[in-house]
Amino acid sequence: MAWTRDEMAARAAQELEDGFYVNLGIGIPTLVANHIPDGMDVTLQSENGMLGMGPFPYAGEEDADLINAGKQTITTLPKSSFFDSATSFAMIRGGHIDLSILGAMEVAENGDIANWMIPGKMVKGMGGAMDLVAGVKRCIALFDHTNKRGESKFLKECTLPLTGKNCIHMVITDLGVFDRGHGQKRFRLRELAPDVIVDEVKSKTEADIVFE
Amino acid sequence: MSKIYKTASTALEGLTLNGMTVMSGGFGLCGIAENLIVALRDSGAKDLTVISNNAGVDGFGLGQLLETRQIKKMVSSYVGENKEFERQYLGGELELEFNPQGTLAERIRAGGAGIPGFYTKTGVGTLIAQGKEHKDFEGEAYIMETGLKADLSIIKAWKGDAEGNLTFKATARNFSPMMAMAGKVTVAEVDEIVPVGTLYPNFIHTPGIFVQRIIEAECEKRIEQLTTRERST
Repeated sequence: MAWTRDEMAARAAQELEDGFYVNLGIGIPTLVANHIPDGMDVTLQSENGMLGMGPFPYAGEEDADLINAGKQTITTLPKSSFFDSATSFAMIRGGHIDLSILGAMEVAENGDIANWMIPGKMVKGMGGAMDLVAGVKRCIALFDHTNKRGESKFLKECTLPLTGKNCIHMVITDLGVFDRGHGQKRFRLRELAPDVIVDEVKSKTEADIVFE
Repeated sequence: MSKIYKTASTALEGLTLNGMTVMSGGFGLCGIAENLIVALRDSGAKDLTVISNNAGVDGFGLGQLLETRQIKKMVSSYVGENKEFERQYLGGELELEFNPQGTLAERIRAGGAGIPGFYTKTGVGTLIAQGKEHKDFEGEAYIMETGLKADLSIIKAWKGDAEGNLTFKATARNFSPMMAMAGKVTVAEVDEIVPVGTLYPNFIHTPGIFVQRIIEAECEKRIEQLTTRERST
């Protein structure tokens, strides 16, 4: 059984470490916040200007002036701080954030990622994604292994306009976990989702990765 | 000299021109100068270049200036919440310059601080880098980005005084402090104008030198993604 979105987020949460400052992207990455291990001190950064993001508010306690980067209402924690966008991106671009977990449309075997536009079709923009992949020490891409037509999204080369080059260190999909350690060029299959077999991953992966 | 004006429209008097560049604060609909955007629309100024992280939503925020076709060009990082925007852009009626969000924030900060350009790693190897000067620092490639300035900045703050000193609330701060610096003229709308001396000098986010006019106005403060949790019983 391939992992669900929530199970993918739970697996990504295993990459968190005590004391980490972490930025979570919009979509599946946001779910990682629900799986931070008890007792672990992780501080979430929201690029619209907040460090120490708290949970969603109780109904009736929402504040329009207090949102996350996905424009969802959130709350503060005792350790929270607010700041302007230039300071927020000084944290990101200045290498002060330990980990970025973000969604992807495509990831290539060389660590390139594309997640901000489909020429002629979708005009949304990169938001903070280009800054995150350029500035954060470690980047994990979280996405479904194949698209709706069953085609691999883990490719030899990205076909869409890039968000960043050679910046993804780990890939977590519904089928498994792939990473490349320091100094390693190629991704290696590290872990399979329950009951997923290597042949299935091979048949659904265009990228040249190490399987043993 | 008091910087206080009575209404949004009087605060923009003499400041709006066709073809001008306007910076508009806010992240999504959070921290936008709702009343000044409406006053800018009502001024009838056309062919505007608007620098703002987002483009509002259909019919609200900067979406109101898109509906009336007063915007010629947007400089933004993310415009995914606005169908009218997408329609005008894909139809070739609207120019768009995407900037990575951090690059946009830094360009505005630089413009306001008298810094004409700077180098960043963000965007190297992407469409954003095309046509830009590249330079290596300690073996890594960087691209040059330029500072941004505006004829007018319209921003939203929480509390302000007649000197133009401002404090912002929570994440409604976002781009506004930098835009206040980068605007030739900056007009702020605030939830509350307080007497000079009320704001504690240690906690002023934007010093009054960056703000030329200020109004007190009520905002709708629309929430884009109301998200709540259940009370555990």
